Order: sequence, then structure tokens, then C-alpha cells
Amino acid sequence: MIETRGLEYTYAGAQPLRFADVSVAQGGTLLLRGPSGSGKSTWLALASGLLTPLVGAVVVSGQPVGVLSAAARDAWRARHIGFLPQKLHLSEALSVADNLGLVFFAAGLPVDHKAVAETLRGLDIEALAARKPSQLSGGQAQRVALARALLRGPGVILADEPTASLDDTACSASLNLLRHCANTLNATLVIATHDARVVQALPRASVLAFGAGVAA
Amino acid sequence: MNVLGLSWRYLWSRPLATTLNLLLLALGLASMAFVLIARDQIDRAFARDLAGIDVVVGAKGSPMQLILSGVFHIDVPPGNIPLAEVQKLAQHPQVAKLIPLSLGDNLLGFRIVGTTADYPAHYGAQLAQGALWSQAMQAVLGAQVASSTGLQTGQAFEGAHGLGAGGAMHGETPYTVSGVLAPCGCVLDRLVLTATESVWQVHDDMHAGDGMDEAERLELAEALADDREVTLALIAYNTPMAAASFPRFINSSTSMQAAAPALEITRLLSMVGVGTQVLRSLAAVLLVVAGLSVFIALWSAVRERRGDLAMLRMLGAPPSRVAALLLCEALWLATLACALGLLAAHALTALMGDMLMARQSLAVNGWQWVPGEAWVPVLAFGVAVAAALVPVVSAYRVDVSQLLNSR
Repeated sequence: MIETRGLEYTYAGAQPLRFADVSVAQGGTLLLRGPSGSGKSTWLALASGLLTPLVGAVVVSGQPVGVLSAAARDAWRARHIGFLPQKLHLSEALSVADNLGLVFFAAGLPVDHKAVAETLRGLDIEALAARKPSQLSGGQAQRVALARALLRGPGVILADEPTASLDDTACSASLNLLRHCANTLNATLVIATHDARVVQALPRASVLAFGAGVAA
Repeated sequence: MNVLGLSWRYLWSRPLATTLNLLLLALGLASMAFVLIARDQIDRAFARDLAGIDVVVGAKGSPMQLILSGVFHIDVPPGNIPLAEVQKLAQHPQVAKLIPLSLGDNLLGFRIVGTTADYPAHYGAQLAQGALWSQAMQAVLGAQVASSTGLQTGQAFEGAHGLGAGGAMHGETPYTVSGVLAPCGCVLDRLVLTATESVWQVHDDMHAGDGMDEAERLELAEALADDREVTLALIAYNTPMAAASFPRFINSSTSMQAAAPALEITRLLSMVGVGTQVLRSLAAVLLVVAGLSVFIALWSAVRERRGDLAMLRMLGAPPSRVAALLLCEALWLATLACALGLLAAHALTALMGDMLMARQSLAVNGWQWVPGEAWVPVLAFGVAVAAALVPVVSAYRVDVSQLLNSR
């Protein structure tokens, strides 16, 4: 579940960004729609605890994020947020399996190799475990990044422009996979996008529309 | 997967840059360590050979030449001194011990030294085989001489005239090996010791005509007895007070000169010290260059991996863990460079030791730990941490919002 109330954020020397209140039930889907620079990334940063709202509150799965200390927010994010960035940022120094292992490293935990193997198997990419990211196709790399986001069974999955530069078939497959994974985990899925195909593919999703510079 | 393991893998994900940085840093550290080790070894060699010798008395000339030739056997002596005067000195109230040395011949470049049993005793030498000489024309070989020449107790050899290899052979007066000394790590290792009378006998024979019989030779020896000379005398004082008056007495009242080894070696080392300073400065420049190179490598790594580092933050890694990755990369470089640098420095010193040994010079052991080496890891980690400081802070402050905005 994600709920925001009176959320505002101001970058130094800029006009304040005010965000409409939103409430999405656990397992629901929220689309953040709007052009680049409209505040979608800031909303994602606030929802994941990377930024602290100056006014208002973000509550994720019953936890008000703003009250957590910086260290506690890091630990909370590691446990409850799965993030799929547009640029996947898979480390070329590491194999696919080790890229997933980074999730545990980030959380300061020993790598759960069984969980890594099961997640890779769940996304049908276990054969890629030993490969380097440069040896993957675009679709394979996105699955690996998704596996990284799902590894610890997060309550919220944040996806930033997951269908950008994909053709219609790949776009549909990618959204189906995201929705399927979120359903399996009963996770709330938040997708930041300016792709109209996403809205068409997910007609039951809540939509938070962003204007140019200020959220609607 | 921990910080050490992960930083190791990130480090070697850029093998060429890492290898070059490693070599550069190792080279700087090796230069610094070599100066430290070599200087320490030379100091030790001097101190070992000088132990217990307060003054050297020999012919007038360069005092340093007298010390180098008389104590370390790495130079030619300035001349000879009358035996009678040396015998008088032995009775001087300030002299506790006087060891006469007579030089002039060599065995394959190893100096043959005519002396008394006090000389090996002074260095606490032990016999590995045989016994000390009991009469003229018997000789005891230093450990290095024995291993180089292959001579053993009972075998005979001929000395050659002069202090370096290649002089005229004294074929008429061969020596017999009476014993071989155990290695002492001191000057005795590379000397052939014999009775002072042996040196006289060899040179008497050289001056004698071919047609002389035994009686004539004895007559010649008796005639020369009053004019006998030795090359120099090593002296230990009865009292430290003698250091002030004894050399002055020798230099002003006799035809000989007295040279204080401690003084001359201090002078020598201060001259060598200029070279040491130059080498040390060169090593410092190398270290600065290495530090800059490590900085550039780490800075590039942060720039290249900014997204990866931000992703780690997004995955929940605290800033300190992200920064620790960069710091550990620098520390890995420092550790490897330190090990490589020390190994190279010791190998280089060992090589120098081998070269000195081949030239019958100072004994230098390249594989001995020197206390000053403790500074090498300190330097290595200091350079690495200084070079890593800015990249580490940059990694600590990595802006995760860039990750959300990156396309």
C-alpha cells in the first residue's frame, strides 16, 4: 500500500513541487504519467525514502517513511522497495548471479544463493547466471534487473520507464511480466511512464498525472 | 560477498589500469625500501667489522684509505710501517690490544693477511674444519674463500703478488690450508689468514737469488730482521680517554698515522648520504606520481561507476558502505604494491650483495628484515588513502537522483 498526503518538495532555488494525494492498495498498480522533468522521478525518490518531503507524508505499507532516520530508511528501502531503473545499471565487473548478490551486499547480509537461483529460475533466466551483462540481449538484461528488484520479495516495486525503446510486442511482454511478478508477490506496482501503451495495457491502474514542472 | 571481496573484483575489472598503477606504486615503494635496506645493511656491515677497533695505525697518507684497507679490506693500504715501532705501541699503557696485519698478496683476488691468532679471535671466528696455523706457510681460509676456491684442509695453494687477482705467482713458497673458518658474516669470510712470518718469508724468497741455498736464505732473513715491516695495526684502547690523546701522540711523535674508524666511517657515510638523499628524493617523486595515478584511476572508476554506486544506494547500501568499496580498492592496491615493492627491494639488495661478494667487498644480506621497512606499508597506505580521499568522498555523496533521471 502507498499513500501520500499533502506532499511537497522544493529543490534549491526552484519552485516547490506539489503532488496530488494518492492512495493505492497493497497489490494495486499506480501509473505516474507525464513528460520528462514533470516531477515523476522526485515522486519516486520520495516514495523510496531517497528524499525526505519538506511538507506532507509518504506512508508505505503502514510505515511513514519521513520519520525514519537516514540509516533506517536505507535498511527499510533494502527490505521493502524493489527498483527497476530505465538504465539498468548492471555491473560489468560481476556476473548476473553476482549482480543479484549485490542486493544482499547492499543490505549488509550474506548472499542467499538459494534465493538468487530461485529468482533467476522464476524469470526463466537461470542459464544466464554466469554471464556478464555485456553478454546479454536487451530483454535478458531487463529480466536480470527485474530479478534484482524482486529478489527480497519487496512490498513495492518502482519501475522507471520500463517500456521505453521497446517495440509493441516487447512492451506488452515486459508489462505482463511486471504485473505477473507484482501479483505473485502481492506487491504494489508503481510505473513512471510517458508511454501511452502502458495506460492502454493497464486499464485498471490508478493514474497520477504530472504536468510540466508541477504535479497535477 | 563483502566489501573486501567486491572491491577486489571491481579493482580487477580494469586489469590494465590496475596493473599499471600497481607497478608504478610498487616501483616507488621498492625504491624507497631499497634505500632503507641497502643503507641499513651497509651500516651493519661497517658496524660488524669495526666492532672493538678503536684506532688503526699505519703509514701516513689518507686516513680513510687506511681504514678501508685495514678494517674492510676494500682499498689499498697507504704503505707499510716498521715492526719495531708497532711492537713499541703494543707496550703503550693506553693500548689494550694490538693486532698487526701484513698485506701484499692474494689468492684469486682474496687477500692474504699475515697476522696473529688475535685477529680471528677478535671477531669470535669459529673453525668449520682443521685448525689455526701453527707455523709459517700454513693458512686458514675464510668461508667465502673456501667455497669460491674449493680448497680444503691439507691442500696447497700459491699466493699471487698484489692485492687484486692477476699478480705474479709466488710458486716457490706455497701455502698449506690448515683450516677453514665457519661463516661469520664479517670481513674474515673473504680473507686468507696466515702468520705474519709467512708474508715475510714469501717476500724474502722473492728477493732472494735463485742460486741461494737454505743457509744463505736464513742469513738473508736475519739481515732483514731489523727492517721488518707490517702494513698496519688494529688497536683497542684500555680506556675511552685514550681517544683524545692516543691519535695525537701517534700523528705528532711517530712516522705513522692513526685513524679513528668511527670518525672516518661517519665521514664516508655522510658522503654516501648525498647519494642516498638523491635516491630517496627520486623515490618520493615516484610515490607522488603513483599517488596521482591511483587518484586518477579511482576518480575515473567513480565517474564510470557513478550509476552502479547510485544503484547500490538505491538497493539500500548506506553511503559508508559505498565509500568503503572505493577505499578498499585503494587499500588493495597499497597492500599488493607494498608486498611487491618490498620483495623487489630485497631482491635488488640481494643482487647487490651478490655483486659485492663477487668483488670481495662488504657482506650484504638482502633477505634480512630491516626495522625501517615498517615505514614502507605506512607510506603505501598513506599514499593510497590520500589518493582515494576525494573519490571516496565523491562515492559517499553519490547522488541517487541521477539514477532516477538517467536515460
